[in-house]
Amino acid sequence: MSAQSLPQATSPTRRLPRINPVYVLVVALILAIIVMNPAFGEPTGYMNFLKRVTALAILSAGALYVIVSGGFDLSVGSIMTLTVIGSSMLASNDPNSTYWIIPLMLGIGAVIGLINGLVVSYLKVPSLIATLGMMITLNGVAFMWSGGAPRGYLPDTFRFFGRYNITDVPIISLLPIAVICLVVFGAILWWGMHRTNFGRMLHAVGDNQQAARLAGVPVERVRISAFVVSALTAVLAGVILGGRAGVSVDIGSGFELQAITAAVIGGAQLLGGRGSVPATIAGALALEAIFTLLNLLGLAQPVRLVVQGLILIGAVAFATYQRKRAGR
Amino acid sequence: MSDAPTIEMRGISKSFPAVKALRGVSFTCSRGEVHALCGENGAGKSTLIKILSGVYRPDGGDVLIDGQEQHFKHPQEALLAGISVIYQEFSLLPERTVAQNLFLGREPMKNGLIDNKAMVAETQRVLGLFGVRHRIEPETLVADLDVASQQMVEIAKAISLNAKVIVMDEPTAALNEAECEVLFSLVDQLRASGTAIVYITHRMREVTRLANRVTVIKDGEVTASFDHVPAPDVIVRAMVGRDISEYYPEPATPSEIGPVVLSVSGGANAALSDINLELRSGEIVGFAGLQGAGRTPLAMALFGAAPFTSGSMTLDGKAVHLTSPRDAIRAGIGMLPGDRKAQALFLMQSVRDNGMLTARSFANPFGGHKANRFTDLTGMNALLDQMKVRAPSYEQEMRFLSGGNQQKAIVARWLALRPKILIFIEPTRGIDVDAKASIYHLMRDLARAGTAVMMVSSDLPEILGASDRIVVMREGRIAGEFSRSATEAELMLAATGETGVAA
Repeated sequence: MSAQSLPQATSPTRRLPRINPVYVLVVALILAIIVMNPAFGEPTGYMNFLKRVTALAILSAGALYVIVSGGFDLSVGSIMTLTVIGSSMLASNDPNSTYWIIPLMLGIGAVIGLINGLVVSYLKVPSLIATLGMMITLNGVAFMWSGGAPRGYLPDTFRFFGRYNITDVPIISLLPIAVICLVVFGAILWWGMHRTNFGRMLHAVGDNQQAARLAGVPVERVRISAFVVSALTAVLAGVILGGRAGVSVDIGSGFELQAITAAVIGGAQLLGGRGSVPATIAGALALEAIFTLLNLLGLAQPVRLVVQGLILIGAVAFATYQRKRAGR
Repeated sequence: MSDAPTIEMRGISKSFPAVKALRGVSFTCSRGEVHALCGENGAGKSTLIKILSGVYRPDGGDVLIDGQEQHFKHPQEALLAGISVIYQEFSLLPERTVAQNLFLGREPMKNGLIDNKAMVAETQRVLGLFGVRHRIEPETLVADLDVASQQMVEIAKAISLNAKVIVMDEPTAALNEAECEVLFSLVDQLRASGTAIVYITHRMREVTRLANRVTVIKDGEVTASFDHVPAPDVIVRAMVGRDISEYYPEPATPSEIGPVVLSVSGGANAALSDINLELRSGEIVGFAGLQGAGRTPLAMALFGAAPFTSGSMTLDGKAVHLTSPRDAIRAGIGMLPGDRKAQALFLMQSVRDNGMLTARSFANPFGGHKANRFTDLTGMNALLDQMKVRAPSYEQEMRFLSGGNQQKAIVARWLALRPKILIFIEPTRGIDVDAKASIYHLMRDLARAGTAVMMVSSDLPEILGASDRIVVMREGRIAGEFSRSATEAELMLAATGETGVAA
């Protein structure tokens, strides 16, 4: 009934569904890679690409929970490191240990997320600082645990998730377990963010925390839950990354900023209130595709860092500009 | 200089996605006159001014300055053409001094450094022009000034820019009586010195006191234009389009007023003392008082957001101790905050999500967002329809709606939970007349359905028109209680404490 009194929408473009530019970006980047390296168009090419990006994609989708709630989680990279180091120390070459190590690591992750959330919610420490402290602490813990140099290795049962492929699949010929993990966890995280009451509360808290409190949202619980989700996905990302890349003491470093970058490329609003899980996963694909392109162009590792930093700054500047134009 | 008016706007039209904001509006203002621009909130006054000052570009019509057609692309161009607008929200930098603000972006230089001395001297000169030199020091931080002084700095800035036209957008909104007088004499001086002044207000007193001419806008069109100042009721009728008295619904009959739902005895906290209060079902109680009298703290105490630290509170006869908004909502109390943007709105979320939020907050967090035990999407759509929320779609982000529609969407948020007590703080602030009327009728409908309604308002006609009973607060205490037949004067006396009125 309210629509009757309204003038028709003046501009037809408003009626088109808006496609998030990140999807266009991913397609463009992948096409560019295929042009430079036709082997990428083969299943082994793109499946290995997806396998490589899985850890970052899951991590970013989890970190998005904290971003949408209006915070940052810088501890996720160190949680990945701790997961890999801790698992290798505990496994002591026993293939059966995987069945208790992964749940244990998830438990440790949940506790870390809980501490992050409690410190941010009740001690009112800005999340950037609180999780930075947690990052330094956990890197130290992982270093101490390993005794300075990684010993032991991860049993094949553990590496199953990050390393193995199902071969002889029709059409796509091979299907990495990691890609299945990406689809499954991506779907769960999408559901939690976009299809539950919790997800809507998360958006509300990030949009306007004071209004959320006055509207009856349990703000502390929501924020703490976001940190727990973020930490749990960091453990999962650690399991997959460890499986693919093996054990090293700084395996997770840098992932925290890559996750934030992926979310921002996917159009997430830093400082909260807006963000999409599928777009964030696409953001992770875009970031990894950019790195692949730089590799193909023969540019060295430091260039990656420069590019990543510039993307982060550029994306934030663009988002702020859009926000300003929208009159906010 | 020619005889052309300093500013002339001809046939200005402007549309926004959801609304046609202005239709063929013409407006002029000449040197040495104060032209009052009147209209309810949402009538289009601000849009007109934003077109004049280059913030928006018109869809149709011309803007002429001193007879020359202008097409401002940016506010800076309008500023350079001599048009200064003093908005309700100031554009000063709080952590800079008065002088630094005055010269922001055009600091006098000497040997490649900012010439601080010249800046201070010029600031003193400008402030001296309208006799507030004793009141404002050039080197004071703006943050340390009161609102009235900040406004004077804004005006001083306009003068130092040699503004030909100064537009004041409801300048007295945040001022007290004495400060208003200072402002008025300042306006007189500016007029005498040949500045053209566009004075936006909906307060008749200010129109009578200041204006040479009056133009009234309603729903984006000029409904009346006077070359003199007519009687206030003529202006009001043009603003509103009909008689105000139809706006308030009938009060409750004695039989409609039910039992006591909430009672407080001896309630106190840092902002309140000795609060004794009863709210009854079916009754609308208006809370009047000056700014800082404790009305909002009382609402926040009842809502658990800033609880009482002593005293007792009963709900339906049972003692309760509410220490958070969640407690209060669970007990059946809802609240619509006064500062909607800061305290109630989720501007990036959809209209429907804004409405559903409280219902979702008390449902299973892992339950689907489309339905819960309080409402579902269809139910929320029905509530939003019932509230006559005007939006192209309920999927639209909240920030695209007008103030009145935003308020109605938030009312829907509470209706979904059927509260026993609903607290409205400044329910019609920033809302257009039609929406105001529908909010009054809505409050009455809620009361008829058995809700106890508490209405905090700074608008005395609204308090008298919409309430069944009136409580006046002063300095954190209840200063008096009145029936709806009280007069504005009686309420003001109780609010200012000039007589020892007691209930």
